[in-house]
Amino acid sequence: MNDSVLDLRSISKSFQGVQALREVSFDLKAGEVHALLGENGAGKSTLIKVITGAHSPDEGEIRVNGHKVERLDPGMARRLGIAAIYQQPALFADLSVSENIALALEAPAPFRRIRWGGRRAAAARLLRRVGARIDPDAFVCELSMPEQQLVEIARVLGTGARVLIMDEPTASLTPGEVSALQEAIRVLKQDGVGFVYISHRLPEVFELADRITVLRDGTSVGTFHAASLDESDLIRRMVGRDLSAEYPGACKHTGPVRLEVRDVGCVASGVPKVSFQLRSGEIVGLSGLVGAGRTELARVLFGITPPDSGQILVDGNEVRIVSPRSAAAAGICYLPEDRRRHGIVLEMSLLVNISLAIHDKVFPRGWILEDAERRLASRFVGELGIKCAGVEALAGSLSGGNQQKVALARWLAADPKVLILDEPTQGVDVGAKREIHRLIRSLADRGMAVLMISSDLPEVIGMSDRILVMRGGCLMGEFAREEATSDGVMSAALGKGGEAC
Amino acid sequence: MAAPDFFKPRQLLALGTATAPVLVAAMGVTMIILCRQIDISIGSQFALCSVFIGLAAQKGGGPLELVALAMGVGGVMGAVNGVLVAGVGLPSIVVTLATMATWRESLRWWREGEFVRNLPETFQWFGASQMTGQWLVITAGIMVLGCMVMITQFTAGGRFMYAVGSDPEAARLAGIRPMWVTFSVFVSAGALTGLAAVLNAVRFTDVDPKTGTGLEMQAIAAAVVGGVSVAGGRGRVLGVFAGVLLLACVGPGLVFLNLPAQWERAIQGGIILLAVASDGLGGGRPRRLREQHEEKKRR
Repeated sequence: MNDSVLDLRSISKSFQGVQALREVSFDLKAGEVHALLGENGAGKSTLIKVITGAHSPDEGEIRVNGHKVERLDPGMARRLGIAAIYQQPALFADLSVSENIALALEAPAPFRRIRWGGRRAAAARLLRRVGARIDPDAFVCELSMPEQQLVEIARVLGTGARVLIMDEPTASLTPGEVSALQEAIRVLKQDGVGFVYISHRLPEVFELADRITVLRDGTSVGTFHAASLDESDLIRRMVGRDLSAEYPGACKHTGPVRLEVRDVGCVASGVPKVSFQLRSGEIVGLSGLVGAGRTELARVLFGITPPDSGQILVDGNEVRIVSPRSAAAAGICYLPEDRRRHGIVLEMSLLVNISLAIHDKVFPRGWILEDAERRLASRFVGELGIKCAGVEALAGSLSGGNQQKVALARWLAADPKVLILDEPTQGVDVGAKREIHRLIRSLADRGMAVLMISSDLPEVIGMSDRILVMRGGCLMGEFAREEATSDGVMSAALGKGGEAC
Repeated sequence: MAAPDFFKPRQLLALGTATAPVLVAAMGVTMIILCRQIDISIGSQFALCSVFIGLAAQKGGGPLELVALAMGVGGVMGAVNGVLVAGVGLPSIVVTLATMATWRESLRWWREGEFVRNLPETFQWFGASQMTGQWLVITAGIMVLGCMVMITQFTAGGRFMYAVGSDPEAARLAGIRPMWVTFSVFVSAGALTGLAAVLNAVRFTDVDPKTGTGLEMQAIAAAVVGGVSVAGGRGRVLGVFAGVLLLACVGPGLVFLNLPAQWERAIQGGIILLAVASDGLGGGRPRRLREQHEEKKRR
């Protein structure tokens, strides 16, 4: 394999005892598109960070253009021609295209005269190379998302990149935009640029990739020629493991319908029209790929982006939801995805965080009753097993799993009828994950209806009594507990079979 | 002690009386800063309120009427800020910069710099003796301070201010209405500024329409020295009290130590810098720029 521009051999990397990568080998030839696939948490991001020099591997060796690299750091990776492009282009929105490109190309010299003509010409040349028809004088904020991505590709090409890593470049693109991007990739392949391509959209992967490497739980399942596989093979290799054993059991008995959603839509957040029901005692998993509209739907139901059409019924009564406050008053609570940002107030104590949403209930007169508040917090600290120095501890000082429990405790204190959980175990370690799973089940057993959004397929299948699958803002499939298989859910999420929304 | 005269009761009483209006105004500004906003228009609000109560006193308004009038006028001016900041969503620094100029200029256009004179006997010191009047002013200041301590520490409303200042979005998701909280805070600050104007005006026999220039800076400085984080969500009212006292003592302190008085501003500036560097006397956790920067990146 002497023609490899990039060659990773037996890379291992662990973080605080968690093995993120175990003896993973990966190589990339010039002019090749090598797809890297795997579930969330399979180790894709870690591998990319090793390639770009952000993480140094514990073991294994890295060769670039056939030469062994001892200590790869981000600066060196850049000099060796390795560049990464992420979902969100990292451009300066208020500068022009040519300025953005020039910033990467020109050596920094604060008082040097700028040759605007030269800048523009260089930018135009690079843009032509990626086949983009973009005015170098246009401002980045005026460009569409794929145009911005093309600008970013042009920029990294200008620095002489030979290895381009693309992490979910098409997640936020429309089909037409995707083909424009693919066209650019094909052109650059001719020039001998190698691509590491990460995407959850399998049809796209098959269209572009020459080879595919599948990661699972930090190990490489294997590298395959794209032509030798079909989608179901690939899905089996990505998921392939026994799932349900470690999850709490199914719902004992489902009660009456607690939440009914009829044709609810919100144009602004890309949820056209959704209808479903949640029953008391039931955990319903909401599956789908990143960008399928799951979080958007939850935000509509909780009134963050209020619905502009349809009806929402809680316990059979229609409720009007215009803000999170009205949603909470109607008995719908939402545990947001990014808990550090939205779920809790990091700078406030655990005590305050727990009682924040229910001030009207515990302090009917507006005065804070410290004893009542302390009792309430202590009760939840005990009930949920929150590990903390005391109820006065700042929420920001807790570990991820415990922060999540505090966020959960806040809504439990509000005693909701419907609980919407968005990625409740993201970034939480295994032990805490189990506890949170058990907790969710016990809440459902108490009569709440739970809607759980999760990208973790085993979790969705293991926890849910019913699974709804979303794609492109619409519900595209429903699975009962018995009939849910990871292949089936994944296929529905990926849109295999091709039916459009 | 270097200057025993400084601690004579009469001097302290005068100092306290002169400081009480600043304290009351600083309380309002503190609430606003806790909500991650700023108000630099309170100096102009203060002047406008002062003129209003002067004119009302000429017409024979009693003390309680004057207080109600001043707090009402201040509240309305605060509401203008509140609507523009919370309702329309404009940056508070710009909004209050605009209202600061607007109030001040309309006052100049209206009064043409003319003092409000010929105030009735009953106006100065609420018609009481100087000593009683001074005590009244100080007591009012202390009562406002006490109320603020109660509000910030023991009411849900105070809690909401801290929550909104720490993270408006997280607060909104917890069912709090940040717009409403922000609006109320601007209105309350305006009303407190009106009250401060009364406490200040009764010290004199006439009303200077140029009064209150720089009051906003005194109030903000006191809040910052007292440990209120300009990034919102952190700080204590008692810290601000300490800040007000500390800054107020600089001027008289210099006089009694027979040092040149022009050093007052410089020393106050130094205190502010020191306070910001150690992130306040009021016991806030130190938060360095780098930390804030990292937090921003994470978001």
